[in-house]
Amino acid sequence: MFDFSKVTSGIHTWLSEYLSQGLAIFIECVAVGVAILALYAIIAIIMIYMERKVCAAFQCRIGPVRVGPFGVFQLIADVIKMLIKEIVIISHSDKFLYNLAPYIVIIGSVLAFACLPLSQGLEILDFNIGVFFFLAVSSIGVIGILLAGWSSNNKFSLIGAMRSGAQMISYELSIGLSVLTIIALTGTMQFSEIVAMQSSGWLLFKGHIPAVIAFVVYLIAANAECNRGPFDLPEAESELTAGFHTEYSGMHFGLFYVAEFVNLFIVSAFAATVFLGGWMPFHISGLDGFNRVMDYIPGALWFFGKSFFLVWVLMWIKWTFPRLRVDQILQMEWKYLVPIGLVNLTIMALCVVFGWHF
Amino acid sequence: MEIGKSKKKELVKIKSIPYDEFKNNDYLEEMVRELNENGTNVIVGVLDEAINWGRGNSLWPLTFATSCCGIEFMAVGAARYDMARFGLEVARASPRQADFIMVAGTITDKMAPVLKRLYDQMADPKYVIAVGGCTISGGPFKHSYHVVKGIDQILPVDVFIPGCPPRPEAMLYGMMQLQRKVKLQRFFGDVNKKEVSEREYEEMMKRDMTANS
Amino acid sequence: MSVQNKINQQFPTAQIEEKPDRLIISINAESLREFALMLYNEKDFRFDFMRSLTGMDWGEAGFGVVYHLESTDNKHQLELKAIIPDREKPFIDTVSDLWKTALLNEREVYDYFGIVFIGHPDMRRLYLRKEWEGFPLRKDYVRAEGLDMSNEEPDDTTVTWYRDEKGIPQARRYNLFEKEEYVVNIGPQHPATHGVLRFRVSLEGEFLKKLDVYCGYIHRGVEKLCEGMTYQQTIGLTDRLDYLSSLQNRHALCMCVEKAMGLELSERIQYIRTIMDELQRINSHLLFFATFCMDLGALTSFFYGFRDREKVLDILEETTGGRLTMHYNVIGGVEDDIHPNFVKRVKELLAYLPAALEEYRKVFTENVIAKNRLIGVGHLSRENAISFGTTGPTGRGSGWACDVRKRIPYGVYDKVDFKEVIRGECDSYARYLVRMDEIKESMRIIETLIDNIPEGNFREKTKAVIRVPEGSYYTAVEASRGEFGVYLESNGEKLPYRLKFRSTGLPLVACVDTISRGEKIADLIAIGGSLDYVVPDIDR
Repeated sequence: MFDFSKVTSGIHTWLSEYLSQGLAIFIECVAVGVAILALYAIIAIIMIYMERKVCAAFQCRIGPVRVGPFGVFQLIADVIKMLIKEIVIISHSDKFLYNLAPYIVIIGSVLAFACLPLSQGLEILDFNIGVFFFLAVSSIGVIGILLAGWSSNNKFSLIGAMRSGAQMISYELSIGLSVLTIIALTGTMQFSEIVAMQSSGWLLFKGHIPAVIAFVVYLIAANAECNRGPFDLPEAESELTAGFHTEYSGMHFGLFYVAEFVNLFIVSAFAATVFLGGWMPFHISGLDGFNRVMDYIPGALWFFGKSFFLVWVLMWIKWTFPRLRVDQILQMEWKYLVPIGLVNLTIMALCVVFGWHF
Repeated sequence: MEIGKSKKKELVKIKSIPYDEFKNNDYLEEMVRELNENGTNVIVGVLDEAINWGRGNSLWPLTFATSCCGIEFMAVGAARYDMARFGLEVARASPRQADFIMVAGTITDKMAPVLKRLYDQMADPKYVIAVGGCTISGGPFKHSYHVVKGIDQILPVDVFIPGCPPRPEAMLYGMMQLQRKVKLQRFFGDVNKKEVSEREYEEMMKRDMTANS
Repeated sequence: MSVQNKINQQFPTAQIEEKPDRLIISINAESLREFALMLYNEKDFRFDFMRSLTGMDWGEAGFGVVYHLESTDNKHQLELKAIIPDREKPFIDTVSDLWKTALLNEREVYDYFGIVFIGHPDMRRLYLRKEWEGFPLRKDYVRAEGLDMSNEEPDDTTVTWYRDEKGIPQARRYNLFEKEEYVVNIGPQHPATHGVLRFRVSLEGEFLKKLDVYCGYIHRGVEKLCEGMTYQQTIGLTDRLDYLSSLQNRHALCMCVEKAMGLELSERIQYIRTIMDELQRINSHLLFFATFCMDLGALTSFFYGFRDREKVLDILEETTGGRLTMHYNVIGGVEDDIHPNFVKRVKELLAYLPAALEEYRKVFTENVIAKNRLIGVGHLSRENAISFGTTGPTGRGSGWACDVRKRIPYGVYDKVDFKEVIRGECDSYARYLVRMDEIKESMRIIETLIDNIPEGNFREKTKAVIRVPEGSYYTAVEASRGEFGVYLESNGEKLPYRLKFRSTGLPLVACVDTISRGEKIADLIAIGGSLDYVVPDIDR
């Protein structure tokens, strides 16, 4: 399998030859930053296009087809439109927080995105508490949402933001518990090591029953964390017009919109990394020939393939189920998911202690 | 600068629909002629074209309906007619995020200020489509004491779609006409309004408030 | 004791006129309260259902209010006319504490005629803005010029009238919402209100404390318009009231005029009208399914509903030429004969629909989330349903057998065997299930009729100018959302003197406050969706 670290270290040595150490690192940082943002934007466009096409398919429609072949340029047009749209200034709003909120949301999203190992050697933020860092930055977004709801001076926004706050903070718990279950199995919080551990089999299979439970709990909680249906209460269109971003227009709204979709990708990619082996090809220990064939498929393809599969699953859920009510959402979390998560963590701990896993 | 005929056709092209199928080409050609009377800077012109391509292909409607025409508007979004094909399906419930408002259904005296307010809440550039006889002239309720006789009295209308209610096909046609119109407009110095400073804005707001009371 | 004897005994001054289908009683407004109490409380003929409440302007004779009452137990029908001779200061006692449907209807009468109801808790205008000058349905009304474009200021005060010691009516103002309440404005431009209805909701966290309904954003003054039109012209407007029951609405008006004229219709017309009504009902309930699911966030089901609705519309369009406002029934028959393909395509539809309904059941009806959202939400008891007059699937979901097709059969409903779907759970889920089952019943009705459409005229000959004999007439049909009634008062001219439409939607919004108190804000959406009102029908 191709190791991307060869490329990156090659660039580093090449730059160091001509430039001082500090300058070389600075240039690399800028290049990496630009690359992340570009990738982020591309993922956003792919995600929104996919959402529109997938939901059209579920709904017996065909979705965008007019702009470009199969409507692929539809999103480019949307981005252009959004960029030039007026940003409405609202009187009687807290202007500083109002303008700040979308950036907080997008910063949290980009930081979490940067944690994901895309392929072998292609990790941007990779250190010993990677999972912990990921969970921390991904919950920054809720601050942005609360600020947006508060500063808009709109009752719908405020209700939406409060719902969102209650929901996201609650479901963080389940995410944490299910991730903890896996960490108990791996014994490390570094993404690269977690992926490396799965060369002999994905953690979903290695940790068998508790891992599968953790995976399901994670998917439910992650869906809620992204404010996606059936948990899309904060922006429940039929109740709160557009929820916390009711008052946002133009690119400010665009940032919320983009962050929502990329967050969906991020949680799916995280699940793919932790449970389904990330960029690691599908290996079955013992079948070396089969494993070698699998290795020919590049890691990035594995990674995106798994991630987009999970994205599709979440979309399928969204376009099938009706919306839950706010008390039902919290009930589900506190009465079902958290106890299940805790019990599951205990089971996993026992499995690890007695070596009942593969 | 005279613009060639072929060029004109290209400007207002809608995919897979022949140019001559549209009925109001004269009007649009006239609009292009007027716009280009004084000539355009090449760079601005190219930018304009790119931006207008984006704007024209990404018109998001406001979910707004008062009566019968609203049901047909829903039908346009539904499976058989599927306005998503044109990228129009992202109906926004918040006026801040919408690009055009389909005024579908009768507008009454009580609703008129609300409609005006909705229009004011939308972010520029914004467009209005008047759907159905009621919004065009009052329709069958023209002689009523509580119906606005045409919303062009209160809003600048871009496209009129006659019918009672218009068929979904007619609505699609109207929306395509709006796309064509948007694609022909000049964005710089015309559609994008001059930005006002915060102080000016406050003053304007104050003026608006006092005017109402 | 019969109704007549009892009234003669207690109110010797009341004038009684006997019609084959109902009693018409005229009294003076002063004795209305006593009379109403008697009618409401008397054990032998408890008139507990107010079908309709109409304001009248009788010119020289003064104003009046016409009540159509029915006793749900023994089906007595009664038309009560209360005359208010004083044109300058028209006052009458309220009956809104007996029949809750009068809560909004009396406000409507006040709005139209300026008749003040003493004792009504909330005497504001219902449709027009409070700045509006004059009362539009008075015969001497002249509209002030100009369009008021000022924004409506939120005003939470209202007025109620009472009699002081001397019996002189006095007004008292009070606040609907206190300052410290968290009041959220929902509508008129809101995706959940199905049009331009407006609620002001007082919230306690997510819970609803109180709700106030504002109508009139699509008040088109149809009833006044009708007074200036010939009968043939008025039927065009009925299509646009409840546009999802356009055929049925028009059926009601045509039937009312035909009955008044004594016009006999051929069997063929009756068959066609009945089949069309049922097709329309299927169409409407499919749309209900679609929008209801959308309200609850199940967007895919919305598209399923619309997809299948298009199939019904295809059939209707082939024959009538319209998709929404069909303009098919005319006085004396129908506009044109059915399309040659009609029978074939209806059969195709009947073969197709069961699979679709099965799909709905899998996707939505049996869904855990949907059940959790709906069961037990928005409890409307049977008593309340009758008192509010919420006919149609809403009333039947509360265990009240209120189907006009069974109560007072019209068309050929007395010749077909169908079940009146009634459920006793009284909640949103019951209302939803009633509609879903009604689709099946409608299919059964069509199935029985479609092969037996007799030969005959599709349109009877009528005169070019239709004049209706003097008198008052009330006819009702079962529209998709309940009883749609037409009250016609004619003075023998070619224009109707007064034409009132009993809206199916007004009782439905009237009961929203009662059934949504204490529920959560998300439930309000579910309740509103399950009541399935059409706003232009409320506002007229």
